[in-house]
Amino acid sequence: MKMKKTTKSNLITYGIVIVFYIVMQIMAGTGSLSSLLKGLLVPLCIYSIMAVSLNLTVGILGELSLGHAGFMCVGAFASAFFSMCTKETITNGAIRFVIAILIGALVAAIFGILIGIPVLRLRGDYLAIVTLAFGEIIKNIMNVLYVGVDGSGLHVSIKSASQLQMDETGKLIINGAQGITGTPNNSTFTAGIIILLITLFIILNFVNSRAGRAVMAIRDNRIAAESVGINISAYKLLAFAISASMAGAAGALYAHNLSTLTALPKNFGYNMSIMILVYVVLGGIGNIRGSIIAAMLLTALPELLRSFADYRMLIYSIVLIAVMLFNWSPKARELRDKYSLKN
Amino acid sequence: MALLDVTNLGISFGGLRAVDSFEVHIEKGQLYGLIGPNGAGKTTVFNMLTGVYKPTDGKIVLDGKNITGQKTIQINREGIARTFQNIRLFKELTVLDNVKAGLHNDYPYSVMTGILRLPKYYKTEKAMDERAMELLEVFGLENEATYLASNLPYGKQRKLEIARALATNPKLLLLDEPAAGMNPNETKELMDTIRLIRDKFDMTILLIEHDMKLVSGICEELTVLNFGQVLAQGKTSDVLNDPQVIKAYLGE
Repeated sequence: MKMKKTTKSNLITYGIVIVFYIVMQIMAGTGSLSSLLKGLLVPLCIYSIMAVSLNLTVGILGELSLGHAGFMCVGAFASAFFSMCTKETITNGAIRFVIAILIGALVAAIFGILIGIPVLRLRGDYLAIVTLAFGEIIKNIMNVLYVGVDGSGLHVSIKSASQLQMDETGKLIINGAQGITGTPNNSTFTAGIIILLITLFIILNFVNSRAGRAVMAIRDNRIAAESVGINISAYKLLAFAISASMAGAAGALYAHNLSTLTALPKNFGYNMSIMILVYVVLGGIGNIRGSIIAAMLLTALPELLRSFADYRMLIYSIVLIAVMLFNWSPKARELRDKYSLKN
Repeated sequence: MALLDVTNLGISFGGLRAVDSFEVHIEKGQLYGLIGPNGAGKTTVFNMLTGVYKPTDGKIVLDGKNITGQKTIQINREGIARTFQNIRLFKELTVLDNVKAGLHNDYPYSVMTGILRLPKYYKTEKAMDERAMELLEVFGLENEATYLASNLPYGKQRKLEIARALATNPKLLLLDEPAAGMNPNETKELMDTIRLIRDKFDMTILLIEHDMKLVSGICEELTVLNFGQVLAQGKTSDVLNDPQVIKAYLGE
């Protein structure tokens, strides 16, 4: 009986994404979509994936992470690097893009594990601060990293491009603060929606399985979870790595949406991490569907408010406060429970 | 041979000797009580038995196997499950999921099986649901299976904690003040439940309790702790009439 309820709830979540996709496609087909909004379609998917994956760490695992953009950065650079290297060898764009996304997810997952092993020993505020530092460190490393490829293999420097000492055939791929230029633009709205659906599939199924139950048990009571034989560190690390890998996939999508990929405070800094966290909090901590809705609305909102010019951010912040108040008001909760909109 | 053999168990926190040369031997199927005034070290003994604290010295042997100094999850796999003095449930999970969390190790399937929803997922989850419902029925919680654990009344939360501990299929069940905060009626019901568990699951139970009615009602043997040391040990009626024990509880 309970089983059916969660299945139904999950189907509604997938449904919302699919309906959103169809509506946007129809609007694009009839030409009623402004170019501004059209440019937002892929970012909408990216931020939804980010919010859903961060919700796994914050809502399901119950640990506050402020460095989620760091994993996105890792995934973006890893996948863009791969695409640049194989631009000539793998001519089929779709296949290359799929591999690039997998690489982005994999590298981010590896970073998630490497960061997670020391960091997940900490709890609460300490964990938040260390993850915040991690995000900044990644961003700053990317700004001084020079990587090139020539006949003799890979050259890496953290000083300058000339330090790479490549031969004439050498090709500079990551150029320090200028980042990666010329990444193929493979990211489409359709690709974004597919990855979002895959992310949802993985996370919703994970949450409603033995492993997800173990993770939530740890969140609710660590000592009791240990007493029934649940391996705390393994499951924490697992949830953290899955969350990081999804962020890596979002990063790959991001990298292939722009022709120039640079690590700026704007896209991979702590501002971004906080913004994703805002989506998660406003959508409801632990509520996967809420994360998507919040991410989509709040990503589109600042752009839609552009005509208000100077008052844009003012209105944006008022909307944030209004959503927050509405979200937790007893009436709204009652309404949600009644129509079981809560995941 | 006894199911649980604890010899010369002791632990020091810095200069404080919390428990010293503690001994207990519990036979299979026994209902054993551990009593003593506040601060005597009863919960510390539980924490050593379940691996929360590492004993400074001594030996814990469960079913012929030395488990001294092992980690909590290993000890749980060896067959010791416990409840807590202050209830520790998974509050945001349903009653059913609390018990299923207890079934975690006995009904395994891989993470990938769970994500990809392979047939094994449905089969194992179904078996888990059935087993969990069976356990909930023993405690009369089957109608509350879909409730959040935090929404249960106090007495039922205590029962759910016992059900979750039993779900790990232990050889020895440790109950830390199961009757704390219960009224006389609830305590009486709890006594019946504990007896029922012992008979139905053929369980060995060691419990800490302050409620003398419960202790004298169901425990066959007792150990009395005072200031970290064993004050008296033996048949319940003998121990409760021991002048030393009366002195420890009531003073001169």
